[in-house]
Amino acid sequence: MSDWKKDVEVLVHQGKISVPYSWTVGSTLSRWYCELRDNGKIWANRCPGCGTVFVPPKPKCIHCYQEPHDWVELPGTGTVESYTVVRYEEPKLHPRKAPFVYGLIKMDGADTCLLHFIDEIEPEKVKVGMRVEAVLAEEREGNILDIKHFRPLG
Amino acid sequence: MEKVAIIGVAQSKYEQNKPETFAEMVYDVTRRALEDAGITKDEVDNVVSISSDFWDGRTISSMAIQDSACAYGKDITTVEGDGTFGCLYGMMRILSGSFGVTIVVAHHKGTESNMNGITNCAFDPLVERKLGIDAVSSAALQARRYMTKYALREEQFALVSVKNHGNAMRNPLALFPMEITVEDVMNSRRIADPLKLLDCSPVTDGAAALVLAAERQAKKLSTRKKRVWLLGVGHCTDAYRLGDRDLADTRALKAAAKRAYSMAGIVDPLKEIDVAEVYDAFSYMEPLWLEGLGFCDDGKGCEYLERGYFNFDGRLPVNPSGGRLSANPVQVAGLAELAECVLQIRGEAGDRQVGEVNVALAHGINGMCGQSHCVWILGR
Repeated sequence: MSDWKKDVEVLVHQGKISVPYSWTVGSTLSRWYCELRDNGKIWANRCPGCGTVFVPPKPKCIHCYQEPHDWVELPGTGTVESYTVVRYEEPKLHPRKAPFVYGLIKMDGADTCLLHFIDEIEPEKVKVGMRVEAVLAEEREGNILDIKHFRPLG
Repeated sequence: MEKVAIIGVAQSKYEQNKPETFAEMVYDVTRRALEDAGITKDEVDNVVSISSDFWDGRTISSMAIQDSACAYGKDITTVEGDGTFGCLYGMMRILSGSFGVTIVVAHHKGTESNMNGITNCAFDPLVERKLGIDAVSSAALQARRYMTKYALREEQFALVSVKNHGNAMRNPLALFPMEITVEDVMNSRRIADPLKLLDCSPVTDGAAALVLAAERQAKKLSTRKKRVWLLGVGHCTDAYRLGDRDLADTRALKAAAKRAYSMAGIVDPLKEIDVAEVYDAFSYMEPLWLEGLGFCDDGKGCEYLERGYFNFDGRLPVNPSGGRLSANPVQVAGLAELAECVLQIRGEAGDRQVGEVNVALAHGINGMCGQSHCVWILGR
């Protein structure tokens, strides 16, 4: 490195990329979200090959590569398999203010976990193995936030 | 199959807010890797760039660095992922018979953008992305799951941070060399429970480059001392959606490791491997991946760590460079690991040389919570 570089005032340019997208939700997830939006029901789909029940539903089984054609209605309850209390603020990303809790919820009637918020409980009191139920949003638009969060059952 | 060697390596110093543009960093490490190999750019006919367009803020950003990577008038191709996968692609292009001497170069400027925003965009925009999840909060879910499955404690994870920041004291390239204690880690700012600030790798800028050559060319171009052979490689990927996996299950890594060991003829990894660089983006990942790599049984990584097995002077030194906890230039990380393994095998690792090294392991991940793994075995 030659010495002149040490004397340069290195400038910083600010920038931002803002590009809109219109993502199709596809037939599988659209059906799931329409059921959630219109009927307030959480459904899953089952692989005819291995019997794995997926929620959110999948267009194909990750194990068998078959189409999970069978749809099953879930009761909307589950068990906390893991959770974290998020302590940092990311106002542009987080739909709620920190501290808040993400949980991986093993849904009753399904073989997979659903990622969502756990609320209506002090963050410090959330435990693995805790039973929870889905609370639906009153105004539903056909996306994952139609489930408002999960709360302790009973 | 013809053997492929790494005949040259270079790394930048890992820093925050580096004044160089990413193209300038690529130029620096490419030129120094060629110097290290003792060859000129005219001998290179294959250039693999490793970068992330989202992080660079530039579409097909490899196009913007092709001259820096000595690809002007040649060809450049890109891997968007960890450096270990870029090295794999470089080797595959050589083995196709179509290419000769190869540059594999990675760059990353984490401090120019927003880590949480970019890693949030790795999630499905139709489902999880709207929840605001990112690399840190998803890692926290994995850490908790790992703790639950094997009854582990946060203090055990903290020990990884203590060890690796301590190792970084011997590495002049590391961003955060620190003498710290388990208490320091435990008392550091809570980020996403159970992860504290010192359980997390720092946002980092840096670049690294390797020069690869097939056996016949490697023997013609380089000295025996400089040549390090790629003896084995394996890679495997798990489910995309976090909820479709057991986050404490390392099945993809186990499959990757098995393939790499089989190719390299490794039967007992703990006995036959002299040093390992593994992807410790978060403290808990080191013991989890060491289990997946077969250095100990599932759930026993922390116990081995506490017994000093993975210390600098332990039975298997792990991350003598200081690891990703001490500098994590994301896509560059795996390439930095490979470069560190090369230096260890050549006996050129300076203060961080762990003794005589015949066989080394480098491990990289792609995707959230180690969705995908690439394992390399290198040797004399």
